[in-house]
Amino acid sequence: MIELNNVSKSFILHNQGGAVIPVMQNATLCLKPGECVGLTGVSGAGKSTLMRVIYGNYLAASGSVVVGGVDVAKAEPREILALRRETLGYVSQFLRVVPRVPTLDVVAEPLLAVGTPVGQARDKAASLLAQLNIQERLWGLSPTTFSGGEQQRVNIARGFAYDYPAMLLDEPTASLDAQNRATVLGLIETAKARGAAIIGIFHDESARAQVCDRFVDVSAFSPKAAA
Amino acid sequence: MTPLLQVKNIKKLYGARIGCTDVTFDLYPGEVMGIVGESGSGKSTLLNSLAGHLAPDCGEVIFDTRANGPVDTVTMSEPERRMLARTDWAFVHQHARDGLRMSVSAGGNIGERLMAVGDRHYGSIRERAADWLGRVEISENRIDDRPSAFSGGMQQRLQIARNLVTGPRLVFMDEPTGGLDVSVQARLLDLLRGLVREMGLSAIIVTHDLAVVRLLADRLMVMKDGRVVETGLTDQVLDDPQHSYTQLLVSSVLQV
Repeated sequence: MIELNNVSKSFILHNQGGAVIPVMQNATLCLKPGECVGLTGVSGAGKSTLMRVIYGNYLAASGSVVVGGVDVAKAEPREILALRRETLGYVSQFLRVVPRVPTLDVVAEPLLAVGTPVGQARDKAASLLAQLNIQERLWGLSPTTFSGGEQQRVNIARGFAYDYPAMLLDEPTASLDAQNRATVLGLIETAKARGAAIIGIFHDESARAQVCDRFVDVSAFSPKAAA
Repeated sequence: MTPLLQVKNIKKLYGARIGCTDVTFDLYPGEVMGIVGESGSGKSTLLNSLAGHLAPDCGEVIFDTRANGPVDTVTMSEPERRMLARTDWAFVHQHARDGLRMSVSAGGNIGERLMAVGDRHYGSIRERAADWLGRVEISENRIDDRPSAFSGGMQQRLQIARNLVTGPRLVFMDEPTGGLDVSVQARLLDLLRGLVREMGLSAIIVTHDLAVVRLLADRLMVMKDGRVVETGLTDQVLDDPQHSYTQLLVSSVLQV
């Protein structure tokens, strides 16, 4: 489902004397449907960078990043957009929304984007928000004013609204209390059971052990180790 | 899939000075493309050349028309181009005054576009005008007021209603949120996003506001000195800019 081959990435800072910062080299990874891989490595090792390269957020310098048959490293913007709409979901650490849009619509949006009828999309959104303990009286408000933990749960609800065949989860369980964490891990397990390939970053060891089938240490892809 | 718009090597000179040059891209149905760059970078020149407001010195702007398939709009006859501008195209000006008739009522402004495409039934025109006023969140009881009695944000929303009432397939927007206060801007962005999704519009949006393109545009084109220096997926260009000018632009945004 997700296949990375010899991916490398470096940042060139033109406005800071043209400094070149290599961050990743020879990253190779292969995921089957229904598999969950945990990325490990110290902070700054390049876990989030690897995720962003897969999502097409960062441009890979070389190598191929094939998700659901599309090479993200070379695809046209519209192909990547279609991929993100239909195949590849991403739960980032931060919620980014249009101000003034009600929470329920924020969560329902990925479903609307693939053409789900409004009523059905809202029902799904409502059930996810209820599962994640977001009080119903908040559903009509914009999440921009919510607490950090609430925003994160809204973000997770949004990420799981549509059943993506492949998902990237960047610290989905950070800053959640035990009960909500269990709910999120439940959602991940359900997604795995329906055949989703998942790459996750979990700092919480028990969470990691519960959902991940195997681990990949990204420091192996860092240029220093290769040199 | 046929691109809705194919732009090939567009060049516009002002005397010896370059307005914009070597611009080539394809826009597909349902895509929203943002064009960013500092003032004087040629983004408005490009937009006006594409929309037929300026005659480019060379290049092709091929639009996939409903009737005849892909046609070059640069070499098309003036009546044909004007017909296109009234039906399948829409142009949202930065200053609402440039896109509205200030001495005609709000309803009349919307109705004019309908009449231009052959609608003649007063009742149905007024009904659709009222419907569109509602969609852009202007109270229906303002239908007989002139836009000169509207606030800037309302004028901008009226301009959008006037442009979209004929169900265009391609919308050109020049700084649609420029000069509006942030609360009105947020409402307008939300409105535009909803309309793009519901109507399946394609749009080309010129702006210097990177936050606006991040929310609205799927793709981004960065211009400097009349040339395109970088193109790509919006979040990729903003999060991982490759060209030195784009890096400067992105790193210059003030954090709120």
